[in-house]
Amino acid sequence: MLRRLLAATLCAAALLPIALSASPPARAQQAVTLNVYNWSDYIDPGAVERFQQETGIQVRYDVFDSLETLEGKLSAGRSGYDVIVPTSEPTFARLIRAGALRPLDRAGIPNWKNQDATLLERVASSDPGNRFGAIYLYGSVGLGIRPDKVRAVLPDASLDSLDLLMKPENARALAGCGIAVMDSAIDVLPSVLRWLGRDPNSTDTGDLRAAEQALLAIRPHVRAITASGSILDALATGEYCVAMTYSGDAIQARARATEAGRGVEVAYVQPKEGAQLWFDMLAIPADAPNPEAAQRFIDFLLRPDVMAGITNEVRYPNAVPAATPLVEEAVRGDPNVYPTPEMLSRSFTAEVLSPQAERARSRLWNRFKAGR
Amino acid sequence: MRRLPLILPALWLGLLVAMPLLVVLVLSLSFPAEGIPPFSLPNCAEGVNTESFTLLLEDPFYRDAFLGALAVAGGTGLLCLMLAFPMALGLARAAPSWRPLLLALVLLPFWTGFLPRLGAWIGLLRDEGWINGLLQSLGLIEAPLPLLYSWPALFLGMVHAYLPFAVLPLYASLSRIDPVLEEAAADLGATGPVAFLTVTLPLALPGAAAAFLLVFIPAAGEYVIPELLGPPSAQLVGRVLWGEFFQNRDWPVAAALAVVLLILLILPIRLFQRLEARR
Repeated sequence: MLRRLLAATLCAAALLPIALSASPPARAQQAVTLNVYNWSDYIDPGAVERFQQETGIQVRYDVFDSLETLEGKLSAGRSGYDVIVPTSEPTFARLIRAGALRPLDRAGIPNWKNQDATLLERVASSDPGNRFGAIYLYGSVGLGIRPDKVRAVLPDASLDSLDLLMKPENARALAGCGIAVMDSAIDVLPSVLRWLGRDPNSTDTGDLRAAEQALLAIRPHVRAITASGSILDALATGEYCVAMTYSGDAIQARARATEAGRGVEVAYVQPKEGAQLWFDMLAIPADAPNPEAAQRFIDFLLRPDVMAGITNEVRYPNAVPAATPLVEEAVRGDPNVYPTPEMLSRSFTAEVLSPQAERARSRLWNRFKAGR
Repeated sequence: MRRLPLILPALWLGLLVAMPLLVVLVLSLSFPAEGIPPFSLPNCAEGVNTESFTLLLEDPFYRDAFLGALAVAGGTGLLCLMLAFPMALGLARAAPSWRPLLLALVLLPFWTGFLPRLGAWIGLLRDEGWINGLLQSLGLIEAPLPLLYSWPALFLGMVHAYLPFAVLPLYASLSRIDPVLEEAAADLGATGPVAFLTVTLPLALPGAAAAFLLVFIPAAGEYVIPELLGPPSAQLVGRVLWGEFFQNRDWPVAAALAVVLLILLILPIRLFQRLEARR
């Protein structure tokens, strides 16, 4: 009895600071309130407005800027959110395994059928049977570049390959105008393995050592290894001339740079070697206070016209084919936003790794960051 | 009844110091797990998990993180001392009517948030920032210098943030030295520099040591400045701890890092307390 009490006290003590910092949103008294937790700059504000008008459900919209923030809050439990937008790997898959998500009730989401079946199949490696998430938006990992600056130092380099970053002679030439790599092993290592001609999801020690050597060879020329959000800002202001980051971030940086009109030109390179695809998923936490409203919100987002509005705003593709004709020509015609079927066939996704394999990779990543 | 005033500080210490430390200690001996929260507590069946500490001892990455953090904290402490000493001496020797204003100037940076001040440094140091812009327009350099994300930028940020902590204790000890002592030294034939080196400096040493430690102790665990201004290779313990907690979700290893850092800092903290007690 005493031991139990002690264990319970310890447990409560361990959770106390977390519970305090998470500060769950207050429960609604009468009107239904839906708590949404999404990436920053990642929705059409008009869509939220419309949902509130149509349903009378109040939306409390909150944003995060890294998966670490999202996972940190959810790991503590009782986050108070009804809809969250984790990325397929690693966060979405891990939350499923931790039992932190609630299975979707497809009967309550009639628009579920609007999703592209082949894309859903790709997410199934993270979520067998697609039980826990609908696809919100997706994208690839590649290089955000300043073509004029790259051309100035490497007039002959082809701007369609990871060679631009991973060949040491190129990296050396580009070091002067700034190279950045996003600080995310899961988004960088698979592409490096693919570039080396290995399995992107390899856990083989030899493959990982080869990837480490390739990364360490360019390491002296890398100026920043930082969060993708800061890379977006810095790309837009012209801080780097080559940055390994998410497609949509590079494309958003391009839009911001054009807006600023200071002569900074940004382009996105989807590696011809085959790019890593990732999916941001609409999911409901297991302890969501308002799962019914959450289902209605997900159903609303999967409408073709709503999805098209979101893609027009944030320039990431969605997985609702019926929305494509409603997307602006300039966005849907850009192969860097909407990959061509040929590009899609060469793309790959990150797979679930064992905790040991994850740890081996994170140590490799630490050594890359430290440069030794 | 006389004990009553003691209850409040004891409650304060218990709630805000002892409890969190206990939580961190228990966490460092827990098992990493997939779940919410991502660990399972030490229990009778499995005992305690010491693997987090074993990992810290075995992987040189963590050893380097600690050594790097201590070196950066020591360097910051010395740089702050070198800058703070003339400042504090000037303050202590200034006309009494000027002192409040000068002291206020030392404390002025605290009126602005810490992050906006770092943001200002980023704006100054980046490739297309003010410093590079100025140097380029003067024709001194052709290509921008990579100032941001470098070791000098890291130390600049550290010294900028911690300098007031060094000035204040130095000022306190220098202002308590009776100026008559130096006059007496002069009467006995010592020149100005000799009097300073043999009389003022030794008397200021405890204040200098306190100033150094007051900078060193918080600087050792610094996370924000290396992250925002430092090079990626500055994998100091604060950043490594953040990575273990948020990126690897290995809460036990993160807690073990915190425990080891605390143990490493006990010696300087005790030293600081000794110095304070002597004053």
